[in-house]
Amino acid sequence: MAKITYIEFNGAEHVVDVKPGLSVMEGAVKNNIPGIDADCGGACACATCHVYVDAAWKDKTGSQSAMEESMLDFAENVEPNSRLSCQIKVTDALDGLVVRMPQSQH
Amino acid sequence: MSEPGVVIVGAGHAGGTAAALLRQYGYEAPITIVGDEPVAPYQRPPLSKAWLKGETDAEALMLRPLTFYADHKIELILDVKVTAIHRAAKTVALDDGRTIAYDQLILALGSRARPLPIPGADLAGVLFLRSAADAETLKAAIGPGKRLAVIGGGYIGLEAAASGRTLGADVVVLEREPRLLARVACETLSTFFQRYHEARGVTFELGAQAVAFEGEGGKLTGVKLADGRMIPCDEALVGVGALPNEELAKEAGLDCSGGIVVDMHARTSDPAIFAIGDVTHRPLPLYDRMFRLESVANALEQAKQAAAAIAGRPPPPPEVTWNWSDQYDVKLQLAGIAFDSDDILVRGDPATAKFAVFHLKGPVIRAVEAVNAPAEFMAARQLIGSQRPIDRAKLADAAISMKEVAAS
Repeated sequence: MAKITYIEFNGAEHVVDVKPGLSVMEGAVKNNIPGIDADCGGACACATCHVYVDAAWKDKTGSQSAMEESMLDFAENVEPNSRLSCQIKVTDALDGLVVRMPQSQH
Repeated sequence: MSEPGVVIVGAGHAGGTAAALLRQYGYEAPITIVGDEPVAPYQRPPLSKAWLKGETDAEALMLRPLTFYADHKIELILDVKVTAIHRAAKTVALDDGRTIAYDQLILALGSRARPLPIPGADLAGVLFLRSAADAETLKAAIGPGKRLAVIGGGYIGLEAAASGRTLGADVVVLEREPRLLARVACETLSTFFQRYHEARGVTFELGAQAVAFEGEGGKLTGVKLADGRMIPCDEALVGVGALPNEELAKEAGLDCSGGIVVDMHARTSDPAIFAIGDVTHRPLPLYDRMFRLESVANALEQAKQAAAAIAGRPPPPPEVTWNWSDQYDVKLQLAGIAFDSDDILVRGDPATAKFAVFHLKGPVIRAVEAVNAPAEFMAARQLIGSQRPIDRAKLADAAISMKEVAAS
């Protein structure tokens, strides 16, 4: 299990254990954490699972695919550490990961 | 006695989401979901895509974990049908004999596969794809060497064809119209998908009308066409569209017109009754008309509208309708609807499998069909909503970024 901290825009913190193999998005949805909509269910088709990856974890979470980069290019409030959480696979190496959510996914 | 609260009829993507949003919006009275399938709300789109190919499991399909419903005091009544709505008494009757009361009722009744009324439709091997149970049957039927005939070259049919090929089945698609996706996409897209599938071994019979299923000993052996030919197959998947499950609403006297008529709050002609998802005939403010949509995006938008109205929140802003399809390694993303468009503009080269087709009304984008072109999809979604005029010459030039097109 990897312990992941999801921080809502209003500062509310949710620390949950996520099974390796799931995506960071699925970890949020399965634990009923608000703020990640994931309208398309993880098909990288909608850009409603946008998160900011804490600086310390940027390298470990990998880089954006071309598809993800193009989708994020048109999302709201994009920062250099923006990712689509459906595209980050959880591994044991991500134990301790911290992600923050934007004000809105739409 | 406590208040009855909200009763949601239909445990699909729309119904499950409405319940979750009501709680998220602070609604505290009881919520009951009644569903006629034996499982809690799940996602249907992967049934013809990732799930069918075995890339995702049943647990990943679930909209929420089961604990969610207990934790949020949402009662799930599954494998039970609602047989009548008694509007004056504000109750619904269930087929297990119970009657339950509501303050507000949300009808999330969905749609069902359109039947193909030809002889032999009851043979074993004639399949549909709507529910998780349908998908289980199809998945078990399409292994290596199996011959699958897909009747209907729409999105469901093409996604199943792609998944079938990926799993090693022989696939033939029978389409009544002279081209694929005839009702839902432009010709450029039809041609692209036909070639893409053909290059991966799918056979097409266009302008081909199925007139009968032939069988032996109760088991399907082939599909007979109007021109007399017989297409031999082990299984036939019928994907010829969907019909709204509006009967319950009609019998209750609610306004229906090829779907339950609702407003932008998802409210029906009875102020205590809402309807959301595939079953509705809804306003599309951007296109100034009423229409029935079949998509997750529509289900989610209307779930928000109904939940906001019931929880006393301001209505959400209207969204640009969108959808997607996965076939092989192709991601098709659709936004808007090509209503009233007077021109079509293709950006990029279909031969490269990365292009977008824009439907324009003057200088305004009305709809986009984007193939492996996420920037075109995302930009168009915003431009369709804002109705901002664009520079057509720039849009047509794939060397100019969509950022620049959108800013011009």
